[in-house]
Formats: sequence, structure tokens, C-alpha cells
Amino acid sequence: MLLIECPWCGDRAETEFSCGGEADIRRPALPQTLSDEAWADYLFMRKNTRGWHRELWNHSQGCRQWFVVERNTLTYEIAGSSKFTTSSEPETEGVDSSAD
Amino acid sequence: MQTRRLEKGGRVDRTQPLNFSFDGKTYQGFAGDTLASALLANGVNLVGRSFKLHRPRGIVSAGAEEPNGIMQIGRAGHAQPNARATQVALFDGLEAQSTKGWPSVNFDIAAANNIFSRLLGAGFYYKTFMYPRFLWRFYEGFIRAAAGFGKAPDQLDPDRYEHRNAHCDILIAGAGPAGLMSALVAARSGARVIIADEQNEFGGSLLSTDQLIEGTPAQIWLQAVVKELNASADVRLLTRSTVFGYHDHNFVTIAERCTDHLNPANRKGVRERLWRVRAKQVVLAQGAFERPLVFCNNDRPGIMLASAVSSYINRFAVAPGERAVVFTNNDSAYQTALDLNREGIKVVAIVDSRATGAGELREQVAKVDIPVLTGHIVTDVKGSRRIRAVKLASWDGQPESRAIVTRTLECNLLAMSGGWSPAVHLHSQAGGSIRWDDCCQGFVPDESRQGNVSVGAGRGLLSLPDCLSDGLAGGLQVVERCGLVAAKVEIPQLPETPQSTLQPLWRVPAEKDPDRCPKQFIDFQNDTAVADIRLAVREGFESVEHVKRYTALGFGTEQGKLGNINGMAVLAECLQLPIAEVGTTTFRPAYTPTSFAVGAGEAVMDLYEPVRTTAIHDWHEQAGIPFETVGQWLRPWYFPKKTEDLDAAVARECLATRAGVGIMDASTLGKIDVHGADAAEFLNRIYTHNVDTMKIGRCAYGIMLGEDGMVKDDGVMARLAEDHYYLTTTTGGAAAVLAWLELWLQTEWPDLKVHLTSLTDQFSTIAVAGPDSRQVLEKVGCSIDLARSHFPFMTVKDAVLGGIDVQLFRVSFSGELAYEVNVDSRYALAMWNKIMTAGQAFNITPYGTETMHVLRAEKGFVIVGQDTDGSVTPVDLKLNWMLSRDKDFIGKRSLSRSVMVGSQRKQLVGLLSCDGRSVLSEGSQLLDDVSAPSPVPMVGHVTSSYYSANLGQPIALGLLINGHARLGDRVFARASSGPDVAVEVTSSVFYDPKGARQNV
Repeated sequence: MLLIECPWCGDRAETEFSCGGEADIRRPALPQTLSDEAWADYLFMRKNTRGWHRELWNHSQGCRQWFVVERNTLTYEIAGSSKFTTSSEPETEGVDSSAD
Repeated sequence: MQTRRLEKGGRVDRTQPLNFSFDGKTYQGFAGDTLASALLANGVNLVGRSFKLHRPRGIVSAGAEEPNGIMQIGRAGHAQPNARATQVALFDGLEAQSTKGWPSVNFDIAAANNIFSRLLGAGFYYKTFMYPRFLWRFYEGFIRAAAGFGKAPDQLDPDRYEHRNAHCDILIAGAGPAGLMSALVAARSGARVIIADEQNEFGGSLLSTDQLIEGTPAQIWLQAVVKELNASADVRLLTRSTVFGYHDHNFVTIAERCTDHLNPANRKGVRERLWRVRAKQVVLAQGAFERPLVFCNNDRPGIMLASAVSSYINRFAVAPGERAVVFTNNDSAYQTALDLNREGIKVVAIVDSRATGAGELREQVAKVDIPVLTGHIVTDVKGSRRIRAVKLASWDGQPESRAIVTRTLECNLLAMSGGWSPAVHLHSQAGGSIRWDDCCQGFVPDESRQGNVSVGAGRGLLSLPDCLSDGLAGGLQVVERCGLVAAKVEIPQLPETPQSTLQPLWRVPAEKDPDRCPKQFIDFQNDTAVADIRLAVREGFESVEHVKRYTALGFGTEQGKLGNINGMAVLAECLQLPIAEVGTTTFRPAYTPTSFAVGAGEAVMDLYEPVRTTAIHDWHEQAGIPFETVGQWLRPWYFPKKTEDLDAAVARECLATRAGVGIMDASTLGKIDVHGADAAEFLNRIYTHNVDTMKIGRCAYGIMLGEDGMVKDDGVMARLAEDHYYLTTTTGGAAAVLAWLELWLQTEWPDLKVHLTSLTDQFSTIAVAGPDSRQVLEKVGCSIDLARSHFPFMTVKDAVLGGIDVQLFRVSFSGELAYEVNVDSRYALAMWNKIMTAGQAFNITPYGTETMHVLRAEKGFVIVGQDTDGSVTPVDLKLNWMLSRDKDFIGKRSLSRSVMVGSQRKQLVGLLSCDGRSVLSEGSQLLDDVSAPSPVPMVGHVTSSYYSANLGQPIALGLLINGHARLGDRVFARASSGPDVAVEVTSSVFYDPKGARQNV
């Protein structure tokens, strides 16, 4: 069972969380202007990364906050967690970006 | 009579005799015995039959690797199948039964299999039971009856089990010499320590040795160490506790057997406990397994691992035989010869495959006149239920050589040692890599992936001095990693015994070639022999994982602890590859078989899943009504009177609600409060309709789509103030919708000023529906004018009802004049009682989920999750009018994707049985042509189906391809059983299509 750091509550067991899949997928600003193909790409296509992966987690049995976890899909190592801020860009604090 | 019990020594308590039975016969052992040692003490030799060939088998080992002594322990609900006799602590009144052999282990009819064993080679089942295919049903019964060990208990388990979470700095798996040294330094350095060992007392190999530590017996040193650990405040010592799983992020599971060593009558408290430990660092000190040697008929009773023989002599004071031969390719078995000799058991010879023999131990055996035959092998044995003699041959060290028998030695005990395999199980489970070590001729831990270190025999260091110093070194390492200052610990002094190196001997040469000689067993439990692996290779298998599955190597309850390395070496020989390149199979939890019960813990029966009940639940319970489980909620299903069944009660409730007034507990609805300056903007992006233009006090039916355009959830929502909305969701969708709203708010639009709060439990909802509902509420006493002119359909107002503050919604899920009373849950039962009392004069009728479903289906209202399934758009539901053209909303773009338009989509329709009386089965397939050849094209399916008492006929909703264009068509509904039913496609609204009844 993973040990996940909630940026608000600290280290907690995986059973307190639910995973929301790949992070950094931005909703297109003007969906109606997109081609079917471009829209389907946003909707369905995921990287399915082997290795370091930024993904969304929700502390669903805790503070209900969503945040980004950098996790290795191969080894299940976790490099760190980061909050979303009002600028809608995740903070990079705590995540070693050189781990990519 | 304990004919083979030694007069003195051992760790058994001769003052505490214990009576037990095996296969119905009574025996006596002593406290401190295992079932295996007690059986051996009584001269019981034959304890089981092998899986496939039903060959007679005896105890081979003294630990977790035991393949043969598999017992059924106890009876009724306490029964435990698949227990290893070597790990079952003896208690007074223990009842054990062998698990293979019919009618008995001594006379087993299926032993005839052995005669035909040449026909029962690798893949026998795969090859034989394939043809003819129609006979599989017959074969299956036969194979199932023959498979498995023991019988699952046929009664409920009366015992209690529990789970316990724990945290520590350092977890130590195994309390042998290495693990104890690690524990000692960890404890003295102030670490929080958990040390667990599967045996009934700490010590591991120290319990079975006559070696001295600092000049005194090792057991004295052991006692002092355990005493110190026990006295340390932050050290938890767990005996009878198997570390069986090493999971992610140093999460380790331990099964503690608390009372299995007691008679069921004397057991108190928890029987087994699952420890769920999150450790900062883990020390793996699991030790090593001795390997058997692979010669002809090496499975005969009387052949044991040399270390097991030493264990039975030194620890349990049992002599497993009277005349012994020791067969080895390494030094450690010489100690067994010394142990046997010391207890007066005749050692006929040590047969050493090596030309040079052992190191210093050779001098010691020479001193006591034990003959050593170097450069010799045991190629075969005589005797079937007990060995009578061994056949010897000289050996030149070449694996391909053919044995020529030169001598036969009479004996009834053969102690064998093929070297040692480090137990790398937990290291591998943790994701660590392993490498082949030429020195110990086994796989040892290489890189660790998690915070752990392997020490002692578990990484190939087999001598006691090495284990002690390596345990200390590993302990220091993890103490440092935990950021603690390491305390000083002295390594106890003991003499080094120089050893000669082990000689690889994976397949002992036989008189005939390896494919024709008597069976050379590798996996005893599954009867996998050298010839089977060679056959598998001839048939084209190369991968060790495939060979394992084809030959069943390592499939048994001991999971290859005994035989896997031998098997891989034989495979490597066939493939002409180094063993390191053949590799091992994957190590997975559990390390040893672990009971289902300890896995389940407390979460059984009533505690299996949390149950949610409404604030009005007590009233329903007193009414003695049946409940329906919705998510985790218990909801009233229907309210039968006297002898009414479901159909009768629902018909009465439906008629009464439409004719007078009904009342329903709707508290399980999901309720979300949305508050903040940007609440309108936020919900505008979520819902399909225009939320921002809603007037304060207005309600609306709202649907949410996923970004894929499919209906996600629905419910009434209301604007309470400029910056304040209240949403309801489906009962099952409440938590998911809230998390989903938070996802958008927190990740995509964090600039929006909105707070979401779940009110599902804080507020209860009572629906009062029917033409008399207004009068009932007036009679309760309402602070506001309920007339349509003041309080019209689809509005919400705060009110005081019967003296209680409520939020009153003028909404309807039944199509009647109706109100939903939202009330603080603390007052919900009082509110319910007030309405029931006031409603008496109107014959108010409580109804449950079933009537709710019928009433809404009559109106064609869908239930998300029943009439929709995640592939249904609002257009499919004919809800186009709810899709705003003025704004974007989640899922809008998807509705215009090319695949979403066109005539091939399944659309919501009503379905009426043409005969006017057949109630369709929900889930029935809709067909255009019942006579079409199979596979019949399916054009839709039935999603909801009921008998409508109000309409006097059955009604159904369904999804039908291009259904909106097919009104009036006739299709057929086909269920898994019963006749096809002709149905007419109709509008999905069966009752009051204009909505006149609710808008009054």
C-alpha cells in the first residue's frame, strides 16, 4: 500500500485517497472551435507512461483536496506531491523535476 | 510409547505430556513439540501421500518448507486445512488428519498411479483431458475430487480475528542469530523496533545447535538477548508471527497466530491477528533453506534434510532413526553426523560427493570414528514405506557420468544436504533484484528497491560467526538510515570453523539415463521429477515461468522453498545455460499459506461493510418493513400491511399516493451546498441549463454531463441567494459528484470563489406527495401560504412547519402535487411523526423505493444508473430542451462529435406489452425479428419495468436504436428465460404527459 503525502495533511495510507489519472491535462479554452480529432485527443488520449508520471490524487477520505503526485509507474516510488494554486499552475515545490 | 524420544536434552518439557491423535489413533508428545516432532517421537513415519502419484511420504523438514506433512487440524468451524505438521505447535487434545490417501495413508488405492507413472509425465492433464471435448464435464469432476489438500471447514468460523496497524523505525523479520544482533543494536540505539519470528520462541537456528557462544551453550546467550529485548520499552517481540508480505513503501504484513497452539476449549480472545506495519527500515533475517539432493527415490520416508535431523535431535530430543547415513555435497551435514553420534545413533557413513571432503569438521568426525566416503554418491535407495538401505557409487564429479553401484549400506535414516538456498522471498517481494552467488550456489539479494537490508544466512552467510557479525552490521546500517546514533554492541566471540567449499550437485547420476531411471524428485509435493523438466524442455519450453506451470514445479503449499533451485539448475543443464541466466520464478506474497480469516479480520458478517441509515430509520424499523440496500444506505423498500406481498403493497401505495397522499423518506439524496461569489458562474459551467439567470427561490431539474457528453448525474437544484445554491444528487452519486466538482474547482478553475459543502447527513428529506399533500402540511401548521399563487411549482422557501425550521421545496418526483421537506436531521424523526399524525385524517400512506420507482416511471422520469449506463446522452433521453445554446458547459462539445449524431444511437422509449399483462424482465434484449438466425441482432434493451396499478397495465422503459423515430413500431423483448414478449414502442411518458397534476 502506497504512502502518499497529502500536501495539507502529511503522509497517509493509500486507502485514504483516490487516483484521478494523468495530471496536466488542461481543458481547452474554446472547445467548440476544436476539430473532432483534437477534442477526442483531450478526452481520451493518455500517455500511459512507463516510469515517472505526474498524476492527480484526491484525499477523498480526508481533506478532499486534489493535488499532483509524481509517481514512478514501474517501481511505485513517489518523488513528491504538489498543490494547485490559484494561478492554476501546480507548484513544483517538493517535486524533483530532474527525476523525469 | 514415544519410542524414538531421547532420554534427555532438547527444549521439550517432559513434565507436560500432551495427548493428541493422528488419523484417529492416540499418541503422546510433550509441551514444546511440533506435531511433526511428536509424530517422529512416536515412530510415525508415513504421514502423507504425494499429490499425483500417491507415493508414501514422511516428514522431510522441520520448518516452513515441509512438503509432505500437510495436515487437517481440528474439526468443525475450528478446522484448519493445509497445516504443515512442522509448524503446528502440539497441544493437548490436538486432532490431526492426513490429507491425502484413500482409504488411508497406509493403504492408498490411488497409489496405482505410481505404477503408471511413466504415463503421467509433465503436462499429463493438459494433454489427456483435452479430448474429446464433450467429456470435459466428466473429467472435471474427477480432477476436482483428486485435487487439493484437506477440506475447507463446512461450518462458520467461530473464532475472532483482527487487524492492527502499527508503525516502527525498524522491523526485523526473523529472530535467528542475525536478526537478534540487528534487534540488539536497534534497541540500544533507541529505535522503535518490531521483531517477528514464525516460531513459538526466538532463536532460529540457535534452538537446534550445540555450538557455544562465548564458551557457553548458544541457548544461554539467546536467553540473555531475549531478556534484554523484552526489557526494552520500545521493542515489540512477536512470536508465532510470520512476516508474509512485503508491499509498497515499506508496508509489511505479519500474521500472528495468537491461540492456535492451544486447545480450542482454552482459547480466549483473538485467534489470529494481522499486523499492518509501516516501517522506516526493514531488516530481512529470514535465514536459508537446506536443499535436498536429487537422486533416485529420494522421496522415500526416512530421508530427511540433514539440518532437520539435527533439529529433531537437539531441539526436540527425537531420534528420527536408528542407523543413519549422511549424504552431502558440503560441510554443514557433518555437524548432523556429530549430533547423531553424540546421541548414540549409529552413523554408518558420511557419503560426501566431494573428492576432498569437509574442512575442520572432517577431523572432528574422524575423532569419533565416523567413516567418510569422499567422492561417493547415494544413487538410489531400497524400501518404499521406509528406506532399508542406500546404494552407493563412486563419482568423478562429471554431471553426465553414469553411476555404477559398488556398495549397499543398510540404514533407516538418510540425512541429506545439497547446500543452502537463502530465503530471498521478502527481498524480492519488495522489488529487490537477486543475483547468483557462486560461493553458496544460490540466489542472494542484490539491489534493494525499498528501505531494507538483508542479513545473515538470508544473503548466503551460513556460519554462526558470520551471521552474528552481519546482523550487527545490518543493524548499524538501518539505525543510521533512521537518523539515530548507533549504540555500541560487541560481537560475541566464538571459534571459526574453516569450511571447504560446496560442490554443485544438482542431479545425482543414476544407474540408467535420467529419463529412464527411477524418479528423481525435485518438487515432492507435486511429484515433479528430473525427467519431467527434461520432457518439458524437449517439448519446447524454455522460460522458467513456463516450465514451472507445465511441470507444476513449485506449485505446492511450500511454493518451491525446497525444490525450486534444484529445478532451475536441472533446467539450466538441459538448456546448457548458467543457472543465473535461467533465473527464478517470481516471489509473491504470501510467504507461507495465510488464512482467509486473518485476511478478513473483523470485516465479516455485520461488520463486512458500513451501513448508513437515515435519521428516520428507527420508525421504519419499528414498522418491521423490508429494506433495500442502495450504495451503503438502507432504504425502506415497501410498507406491507399484514399479509401483503411486494406487488400488493406497491399497488396499494401507488394508488393511494395518486388518489390521496403518500410520504417517503428521501433523506439519502445527495445534498451539496454551493456558496461563493462565483457560484453562479461555476454551476453554469457544470450544468447544461442556464444557472446564472435563475431567479432566487427557483428550483430547476439539472443534469450534469461528463466531458464525454454522457449523463453523469441529475437532480433538483435551487438558487437560495445571489451567491448561494443547493444541489441534490442521486443517492449513489453523492460522493463522486462532490469529488468531481472539487476536481474542476481546484484544478481547472481555482480562481473561482466557491465553497462546496456536503449536507447529505446534516439534512433529512421527507417527500409528501399526492393531491392531499398541501392539506396535510397545512394541518401540520405551516408559517407560509402554501397556495399555488404564493408558492408555485418549482420554488423553494424557508418555513416553520409544525414548529420546526424547514426548507420547503415545491418539487415532484411522482408527477403529483408534492413537497419535499428539508429538515435538520436532529429533528427529522419529529417532523416525520408530525406529518404522519396530521396525515392520519387523509389516510397518509408511507411508501418506499419500489413505489417511488413505479411512480416516476409512469411519468417517464429516468433514474441515472438504471435507465442510463454511462453511454447515454441527454439527446438520447430527449432532453434537448435542457441544453443551453448560450454558453459552454462540461460535455457540450462532445454532443456534436460525429459519432454522437445519427440514427444508430440507442434512445429512451416507452414499451407496452401488446398483451397488456406481461411484465417484462429488466435487462431483456429488444429484437426486431425473433426468427432471425443466431446471433440474433439486438436493437436495444429494457432498463425499467413495472406493473402500473394506476394505469392497469405493465409499463417499461428501454433504450432502442433510433427509438425516437420508431414510436408505434412493434419489437420483441427476449429474456434469458421465458417466452418472447411482443411490445409496442411508445412515448416514455405514460401518465399525465402535460404535467397538469403537479402544477396545481
